[in-house]
Amino acid sequence: MKSSVPDGLRELLAHAAGAGHAPWRTLLKPGDWLLLLAAGMFVAASYPLLWRGGTADRAIVKRDGQVVTELALNVARKYELTGAIGTSVIEVQPGRARVLSDPGPRQYCVQQGWLTRANAVAICAPNHVTLQLAGRSGQNDAYDTLNY
Amino acid sequence: MMRMTPSTIELPVTADDYRIARYAAAAIALTVGEAALPSPLPGIKPGLANIIVLVVLARYGWRDAAWVSLLRVVAGSLVIGQFLAPGFFLALAGAVCSLAVLALAQRLPARFFGPVSASVLAAFAHIGGQLLLARVWLVPHDGVFYLLPLFATAALVFGAINGLVAARLLDAPVAAPVEVKDGS
Repeated sequence: MKSSVPDGLRELLAHAAGAGHAPWRTLLKPGDWLLLLAAGMFVAASYPLLWRGGTADRAIVKRDGQVVTELALNVARKYELTGAIGTSVIEVQPGRARVLSDPGPRQYCVQQGWLTRANAVAICAPNHVTLQLAGRSGQNDAYDTLNY
Repeated sequence: MMRMTPSTIELPVTADDYRIARYAAAAIALTVGEAALPSPLPGIKPGLANIIVLVVLARYGWRDAAWVSLLRVVAGSLVIGQFLAPGFFLALAGAVCSLAVLALAQRLPARFFGPVSASVLAAFAHIGGQLLLARVWLVPHDGVFYLLPLFATAALVFGAINGLVAARLLDAPVAAPVEVKDGS
C-alpha cells in the first residue's frame, strides 16, 4: 500500500485547496472592501450598546420623597401603597413598571403607561407618590431623568 | 365496455423547476448539516445554505434565488423537525428580509460590488429581521437588542466568508467537475 489517500480524493482535496484558482483576494472588488470596512465600523460601534447600563432593573417607589420600597423588575407583581388621598397600585412586569391605578383626578401618572428606561419617572402628585426606574450602574446612566 | 380510468393530474415540470429543485436540495442539505454544529448562542449559525442562494442569485436572478431560499427554510425545517416552531418563523423572517435586501443589492454596480457585498448585506438583513421578530413576538422586552453586537459580528464574519465561497464558486469554470477515476 503506497498511498493512504485515493487518487480521486486527492484530486478533490486539491480542488478544494484551490488548485487552478485565482487567489482569494481577487474575488473582492473595491466596493466589497468598502462595504466590509463600513460593516466592521458598524459592528465596532454596536459594542458599547452591549455594555451600556441603560436598562432598568428595579423600580423605586416613593411617598412624600421617602423611599417606600424597591421592586426588582424581573418578576411580575403588583404593589399597593396608600398615599395622601388614597391607594396607588404599581404594576411590575419583567423589564418595565407602571402606575396601574391612582386616585388622582387627572390620572397623568397612569396615562404615562409603562416605564422601561432607567431613570424614567411617573409622578402622581395629588397622592404624593412617585415611581422611578433605576439601572444597574448608578453613575454610568445615559439620562438623569426621563419624562414623556 | 366501461373502464374506470384513474384520473391523473399531470403538472408540467419545466427545466426551471428541476434547476430550482436541485439547488434547493443542496441548500437543504447544508441547512441540515449545519443543524448538527453546536452553536454558542441560539441564532448564531454560519448560514452555509446562503452560499447556494447567492450563487443562484448571480446565475439565474432574484426569482430563482427567492424560490431556493424559501424552499430551503420550509423543507429544511421539516427535515430538522422545526416546522412552525419559533425557529422556523425566525428563519423565515430572516430569509424574507435578506431576500428583500438582495433585490436591492442586485442593483449595485457589478464593477465595484461582488457576491461578498451581497452576502454581507443579506447577513445583516437576516439578523435584523430575526431580531425584530424576536422583539415583537418572543421577547417583548428591549433586552434582545443588547445581543445585537454579537449577532452583528457573526453576520459580518459569516457573511464575508459565505460571500467569498460564493464568489469562488461563481469564479470557477462551470464545466470543471472533479473526475473521480475508478480503479486507478
